[in-house]
Amino acid sequence: MKYGVNEQGYYGDFGGAYIPEMLYPNVEELRQQYLKIINDADFKAEFDQLLKDYVGRPSPLYHAKRYSEKYGANIFLKREDLNHTGSHKINNAIGQILLAKRLGKKRIIAETGAGQHGVATATVCALMGIECIVYMGEVDMARQAPNVARMKMLGAKVVPAKSGSKTLKDATNEALRDWIGNPVDTHYIIGSVVGPYPYPDMVARFQSIISAETKQQLKEHTGKELPEYVMACVGGGSNAMGMFYHFLDDESVKLVAVEAAGKGVDSGHSAATTFLGKEGVLHGSRTILMQTDDGQVVEPYSVSAGLDYPGIGPQHAHLYKINRAQYVSVTDDEALQAGLLCCQLEGIIPAIESAHALAQLEKMKFKADDNVVVCLSGRGDKDLDTYIKYFNY
Amino acid sequence: MNRLNQLFAAKKDNLLSIYYTAGYPAIDTTIDIAEALEKAGADFLEIGFPYSDPVADGPTIQNSSQQALDNGMTLNLLFEQLKDLRKRVSIPILLMGYVNPIVQFGVERFCKMAAEAGVDGVIVPDLPMYEYETLYSGFFKDNNLSNIFLVTPQTSEERIRKIDNLSDSFIYLLSSSSITGGNLSVSNSIEDYYKRVKAMELKNPTIIGFGISNSETFNKACQYANGAIVGSAFVKLLEQDGYMGKISGFVRSIRP
Repeated sequence: MKYGVNEQGYYGDFGGAYIPEMLYPNVEELRQQYLKIINDADFKAEFDQLLKDYVGRPSPLYHAKRYSEKYGANIFLKREDLNHTGSHKINNAIGQILLAKRLGKKRIIAETGAGQHGVATATVCALMGIECIVYMGEVDMARQAPNVARMKMLGAKVVPAKSGSKTLKDATNEALRDWIGNPVDTHYIIGSVVGPYPYPDMVARFQSIISAETKQQLKEHTGKELPEYVMACVGGGSNAMGMFYHFLDDESVKLVAVEAAGKGVDSGHSAATTFLGKEGVLHGSRTILMQTDDGQVVEPYSVSAGLDYPGIGPQHAHLYKINRAQYVSVTDDEALQAGLLCCQLEGIIPAIESAHALAQLEKMKFKADDNVVVCLSGRGDKDLDTYIKYFNY
Repeated sequence: MNRLNQLFAAKKDNLLSIYYTAGYPAIDTTIDIAEALEKAGADFLEIGFPYSDPVADGPTIQNSSQQALDNGMTLNLLFEQLKDLRKRVSIPILLMGYVNPIVQFGVERFCKMAAEAGVDGVIVPDLPMYEYETLYSGFFKDNNLSNIFLVTPQTSEERIRKIDNLSDSFIYLLSSSSITGGNLSVSNSIEDYYKRVKAMELKNPTIIGFGISNSETFNKACQYANGAIVGSAFVKLLEQDGYMGKISGFVRSIRP
């Protein structure tokens, strides 16, 4: 793959494994094993079976007729919201739990922001009967109480991250600290295409099912497997990378990644990483991150907890820098309005994360015969409180 | 030869190093604390520069880093403070911190300013060997700065050999795979690890750190290595009122 990772774990200038020596054996074990394991026929068979029977894949590619009329192009929604647990996060969680089992790990740790990845991880741990500890920022635990309860019902222990800003980046720090202290028996299921190599590549591969299915489904709908546009929201960037993956080498396909502008890119309350960030090192990889001139990580803001992350995955940083994908941003208000429009035009309540990708439709200039695929990464049940407060329902 | 090499050439046993965070508890006591530690008998020092997301550190050093940032500590300010370092302190000094602030500062500029201030070495836990070798080692060598690598109980013998070859002052042996501020428990497996490393007859001296908090753990560590580093226990002392007056007693309580 032209845009894939090299042997040292880099995508152009980005990636690598910037980890303390304490994590080296864990990460090195993964690096040596991950391709062997995930390319193994038994692994593939078990992964595919669970995606089909447990997750409910393939997820539909839905031709959204009223959207298509409104925006003057053929708009398709890739319905990751219909997956078990309500988002694309389960694809990666299933892949990594099967990998952890083959590595002989007895204990799973994970970080979570909005709780979607935590719920997906707690779910697969229940499925496999493996101990599960989820780190979640104390502030996020208060904002996303129903997901905390879901994780507990699924048998996971939810540990509040009380350091720093008490949100996703701090939950990630706490999970890394746990892994340092438990190097032998524990696997860390990172939820996005971030972290030290091989995580960004491994998570992208597990999420790449999204674009693999899309190609086939689009061909059934239109007779062509390549659309003109593929669009997705980006926090760390896992649904976007899964949605882009099998289109990366098809240069005619325009890739659009939508970041969260929060209250506006220049408001001081934003998570638009490519607009506000600089190159540096975050959570084990060289990437683009929001930081002060002194190299301290800046706390991002978005109404959507899943996009509230100060960095992006290293492959996204590379695609941004070489202009293979276009990175744009959408504000809280635009996303919430787009979420409501999706309810009223298509009868689908989207996650606020996914609503960011939908909001970008307003700003695009399509031709009448353009085929456009938008990744509807998650469902909006978890966001009802936010929608209700915003629209006064 | 920098001051670290001179120290290790002259003294082989019971070396004591103390870590503290620059800018904590007060913004302007960096050199005062170094001076007091030298007077109290510490052999060399590690001065931490704070980072917002210190993944290798436990609650004590996390807290000191956050306080230091809240107090306004930056790398620019630290180098400003260190201009007087060598007028007042003669023991070897290491800077310790995470890679992102150094990358933002500029690695070459960082090395140059550290050398100008009279710093002898740097410990950057999240700077990997590959990136050090391919991108940065020239800046360290040009400025006569030692880069200190960590070794844990899980580090393979092959990798320890490689680290020994890349090192030019000492190797930092972690007492266990843990973050800072834990308690050193010398279990059989840890003892085996120390013995295993000792039997390798490395060309560099070894210093044990993480979990060294009193004379008992210090003495235990010195059975297997050339010395030990105290970090969190000293940072806790700095939380107390009148800490400047207690520094000498603290150092003597570790190594009478």
